[in-house]
Amino acid sequence: MSELKATPKAIAGPSNFLDERLGGANFLKRNLRKIFPDHWSFLLGEIALYSFVILLLTGTFLTLWFKPSMMEVAYDGSYAPLKGVMMSEAYASSLEISFDVRGGLLMRQMHHWAALLFVAGMTVHMLRVFFTGAYRKPREINWIIGVLLLTLALAEGLTGYSLPDDLLSGAGLRITEGVAISLPLVGTYITFFLFGGEYPGEDVISRFYSLHILLIPGILLALVTAHMVLMWVQKHTQMPGKGRTNQNVVGAPFYPAFMAKAGAYFLFTLGVISGLATFTQINPIWLFGPYTPADISAGSQPDWYMGFLEGSLRLMPPWEINLFGTANAGTLPLSVIIPALVPMGIIMTGLALYPFLERWVTGDNREHHIADRPRNNPHRTSIGIAAMTFYGVLWLLGANDEIAANFHVSLNHTTYAGRVLVFVGPALAYLITYRICLGLQRSDQAIVSHGVESGVIKRLPHGEFIEVHTPPSEDIEAHMRGKEPVPMLPVDEDSSGIPPKGMRGPLGKLRGRMSRAYGGEKIPLDDGHGHEHEDEHAAIGSGGSDDRSITH
Amino acid sequence: MTDNEHEIEQPDERVPKRVIGTPAPGTSMLGTAETTEADQDVPGVTLQDPVKARKAEKIVALCFTITFLAAIAFIISYVYFQVGSPEATGTSNLALGSSLTIAILGLAVGIVIWVRQIMPKYSLIQERHTMASDEADRDVVAETFVRGANESGFVKHKLLRRTLLLAAAPLGLVPLVLLRDLDNSRMPGARFNKELRHTVWGTKTKEGKPLRLVVEGTGQPIRAADFNSPGGILSVVPEGYQHDLNALAKATLILIKFRPEEIKSGTRLNWTHDGIVAYSKICTHVGCPAALYEQNTHHILCPCHQSTFDAADGAKVIFGPAARPLPQLPITVDAEGYLIAQGDFEVPVGPSYWERGDAEAAAREKGGQA
Repeated sequence: MSELKATPKAIAGPSNFLDERLGGANFLKRNLRKIFPDHWSFLLGEIALYSFVILLLTGTFLTLWFKPSMMEVAYDGSYAPLKGVMMSEAYASSLEISFDVRGGLLMRQMHHWAALLFVAGMTVHMLRVFFTGAYRKPREINWIIGVLLLTLALAEGLTGYSLPDDLLSGAGLRITEGVAISLPLVGTYITFFLFGGEYPGEDVISRFYSLHILLIPGILLALVTAHMVLMWVQKHTQMPGKGRTNQNVVGAPFYPAFMAKAGAYFLFTLGVISGLATFTQINPIWLFGPYTPADISAGSQPDWYMGFLEGSLRLMPPWEINLFGTANAGTLPLSVIIPALVPMGIIMTGLALYPFLERWVTGDNREHHIADRPRNNPHRTSIGIAAMTFYGVLWLLGANDEIAANFHVSLNHTTYAGRVLVFVGPALAYLITYRICLGLQRSDQAIVSHGVESGVIKRLPHGEFIEVHTPPSEDIEAHMRGKEPVPMLPVDEDSSGIPPKGMRGPLGKLRGRMSRAYGGEKIPLDDGHGHEHEDEHAAIGSGGSDDRSITH
Repeated sequence: MTDNEHEIEQPDERVPKRVIGTPAPGTSMLGTAETTEADQDVPGVTLQDPVKARKAEKIVALCFTITFLAAIAFIISYVYFQVGSPEATGTSNLALGSSLTIAILGLAVGIVIWVRQIMPKYSLIQERHTMASDEADRDVVAETFVRGANESGFVKHKLLRRTLLLAAAPLGLVPLVLLRDLDNSRMPGARFNKELRHTVWGTKTKEGKPLRLVVEGTGQPIRAADFNSPGGILSVVPEGYQHDLNALAKATLILIKFRPEEIKSGTRLNWTHDGIVAYSKICTHVGCPAALYEQNTHHILCPCHQSTFDAADGAKVIFGPAARPLPQLPITVDAEGYLIAQGDFEVPVGPSYWERGDAEAAAREKGGQA
């Protein structure tokens, strides 16, 4: 086996051609060996990225056969149970893709699975970024791009889900209409414009189609590109560890290691999606029949990412207000408006604003390139888990009919329980998470200042038994020592009891109080009793003077 | 430290290799620690043991060969397995999907082994720089901006600036204006909500007769005398509109036969015929068809969000997010004994909207005066 001594001619020629026209060598010189830090959690966003690529590929395949038309035709394909049934061309062509195009069913199922994985990948990636504080300066813009991507992905899912025009997708469309028409003042206008008149009309499929295959994916593609470029320019965050500082990146170079790993990871995502599409049936539209507003199948469930909206609609008590009585105006269907807008609003707005709120509370204006361990910012972690619980309760209640049926409990009771849990759950989650974070910090403190249990029991001269503790390995200790106190505003009052400037008004006082609660060091790493008592131990156990061991 | 203590104490080996929640020591992501340090000429790049690398090469080659074979199997499956019936499609899907999956995973596994066992282990360090530009650069940009703004005359020429803004404002409205005809009916926007108040039940047939109630699916008209088993339920659509989805989205009914004594005060008796009651099937929450009926309790349940209505008592809401009862349709029989609509619903059906108002109260007022 021989090694390369120079660039092979086949590559040098074209490279030279390009460089003379684009000057790419200057860029490649700096970027070919760009360093990418390694951590399993950094791979979550890549799932979403690769799913998006797979969506574009499989989606393009589907467009070659799909007819976005609501014109009624008699089905004449190879699925016998529906032969001769009147249906829209959209549904007929979806059946054609499923039964009469070789590989069509595979591509359709891959497209659907990839969509589920796309949103799931984005969600877990977002949680990772949130819990490690990787959204902090200078990455706030990329964080907001991410929130936009997530919102658009939901819209993309909704429009795509409606296209096959089967009975199940029609139920989703009907709910969309019911929500749109409930909006104050503009509701009827929005629905008449969207559906080209009264629901369902004959336009919505072709309109959703152009949104689904052109407008939204176009924006998604642009934002994904911006997301990648910003990540590239700002360099990836890294977990705390040996030799890793806020001023460096430690890891593997883009070329060749990271590039190959990323390629393999794309293939894994593709392989898993293709395996799911092979062995796991998804959205068997031929079983549902064509859409008619007069019918519905029981146990209708949306795709998973719409579940939380479904759940909030189910939880809501029947509130409706008529502001002006019997006048033809002023109806506020709160039992639709609130669940459709408020949870989504809380979650998306909360996500978008969090970096700025946190900066306002902590007064922290520094750049951060070392990711926090979630335990080391207990309030942030608790807020995140509380939000997840809120989302999770809504999501679970989106399937309360299935829960009631499978666990033999009263459907009504699941709803009543959900109405309580949606408020109590997040509060409990907050408290529990906060305690767990502090507990984990204490365990870090014990390991850093006190060592790791070695399993060696030693008998001291006077008869006492002790277990020898040894310091943790360098890597582990460096990882733990990456902790830094959550920054806090200078909130302390001066000698005459006057709070610092900017913290005197009601808002300022609130800010100061929040800063004091949110910031600061709760469990300092080096305050463990191991250090305090070290001398004492050494005095008692003469054997404790081993330079590698700290005894207890 | 004494010698005999050394004999019993081997803390180094007994230290756990890893504490849960912390990363594995070293760069174990890229393979085990058995490597040769001898070849190392670049710091942070640890070359793999050539013997191990050669072994790995064989595994990688095997993976790539599997991919080669599976990809060929895919092409053969495409030609061999035809589609055209659900069974054939299933077989084709299985053959194509599994060969594709194996081909892709083979390639993926091969590359990962290549990276982890043949490529060196890396722990390279790159410097970061603060994102903010140099103060000097910022000053230059600021200066350039001011100079350009002045050169352009945008600041000095007030009239230019103001008319430009004036010009831009209506231009921004153009895309919005263009969307006005999204509504294909071209009716004035103020009439939208009036459309929602009516269903086809208020119209007559070509012969000028009221519409008959027909069974959804079969299109059979319903003779009241034949619909006589108490507890019976039918999904009903208007005669002549069985395939008009827009009409169905508002006019679909749920028809229930009661024993006379079961009907409670909420139901308008003069709108029923011989214990047969017709309610709108379109849920008043967000418009799903409220399709489920429980005979014993007379509950109509919407499967979407579980709004539950008491069919014996004017379909009033007894559970769930719907705020209003399902509107009742006045029905009677024609000369031949078939069920027909007396007229349209008194209140709008389906989900609420801003211009709806308290139509039930309005109807009660009207009824009181009459």
